[in-house]
Amino acid sequence: MNVTIVDYKSGNISSVINSFEEVAKDKVNIEVTSDLNKIKSSDKVVLPGQGSFKSCVEALNNINGLTDILNEFAITNKKPLLGICVGLQMFADIGYEETETKGLGWISGKVQKIDNQNGKYKLPHIGWNQINVVKESKIFKDIKNKSHMYFVHSYEFIPGDKNVISATTDYSSNIVCSVEKENIFGTQFHPEKSDKLGLKILENFIKI
Amino acid sequence: MLKNRIIPCLDVKNGRVVKGINFVDLKDAGDPVEQAKIYSDGGADEICFLDITASNEKRDTIYDVVKKTSKKCFVPLTVGGGVRSVEDINKLLNCGADKVSINTAAVENSKVVIDSSKKFGSQCIVVAIDAKKDGDKWEVFTHGGRNNSGIDALEYAEKMENNGAGELLVTSMDRDGTQVGYDIELMSKISSRVNIPVIASGGVGNLDHLVDGIKLGKASAVLAASIFHYGKHSVKEAKEYMDSKGIPVRI
Repeated sequence: MNVTIVDYKSGNISSVINSFEEVAKDKVNIEVTSDLNKIKSSDKVVLPGQGSFKSCVEALNNINGLTDILNEFAITNKKPLLGICVGLQMFADIGYEETETKGLGWISGKVQKIDNQNGKYKLPHIGWNQINVVKESKIFKDIKNKSHMYFVHSYEFIPGDKNVISATTDYSSNIVCSVEKENIFGTQFHPEKSDKLGLKILENFIKI
Repeated sequence: MLKNRIIPCLDVKNGRVVKGINFVDLKDAGDPVEQAKIYSDGGADEICFLDITASNEKRDTIYDVVKKTSKKCFVPLTVGGGVRSVEDINKLLNCGADKVSINTAAVENSKVVIDSSKKFGSQCIVVAIDAKKDGDKWEVFTHGGRNNSGIDALEYAEKMENNGAGELLVTSMDRDGTQVGYDIELMSKISSRVNIPVIASGGVGNLDHLVDGIKLGKASAVLAASIFHYGKHSVKEAKEYMDSKGIPVRI
């Protein structure tokens, strides 16, 4: 099996690579690339994302044909795809970080700044927070409700259809931290930095 | 609920772990990769490496340490010490660091913080502030505490937030290595001044100091070195103690 981590030259993806390699051992081939043919022929795709919504979308668009291939992979062919952090946020129709930017539009909704209640809550939301599992998700197999995961973000995804939400976390408000829509999975937290439980989530994704 | 973080810090020199008392008197205490692994297995919420002599000596050893550690530890890794440029930050991130802390370079050239937070995102830019009390204010020191910049630490903290820092790592120069506790007044003043998380550092001698850093110092995270490093307390003990004092921690 081939799992491709999309390297679209935005942000630091070494931790994502390290953690997938740790989980994959020798059984699964982990490919890190922006090569369109490799992505196309891959069994699963991981879409990481660091930095702003705008910079990530721009970086995706900078690679000719990449969004088309991702659309074909996730929407037409319905193959499993995992978005992490801004990778998840880009599923939205639109994001408001820096400026209004169009997302991939895979899961209807918007990405907006977390309400810090006039400075009562620090932003970014950094650190370990518990997840409230609100529906069964394939990536949460053997993950207990209220498990701790590592977060670092200032913006949140607000999906139009609440049925896609698989977990939330409590901060200044109830924040969506995981989604599942058919073959599309996303986590706002960083499984690659969430120690053993985070690695378990990555393993679950590989095993789908 | 978001948990307060406990961050063991390993001072690294030439690829080996040391911890100075007031930045001198170095003792060799082990291999950084193994130490980091012990900490992450023991429940450390993050690991911090500080390359203490990086400004003066060859620093390529730290890249190797970061590379090896990031393949074994799956909690966030912050690396600082001698970070001068956007390119230095890029190199550390590529080696597997999740965040990079910038100290002297942020004072001398604010463009480093502005440019790097734009390029890599604020989430990986930590500005380290070494502050020393002078009368009723604190001044920012650079070059591992050797030079006084004369800059007011509170104003500087706010400026760094505006420049794009995602977190502030605040070290009291007066307390570092003394084991008498954090400079609570400094921590709480800076934490109240900014909207980004503050990591308290410098002076931890017992577990109550960690509690005070959060409760009184209003820090989001507490960093300590020697208290963990010489086996005085484990991270687990620290967390259980903090939990017993009503501080939300990940156990």
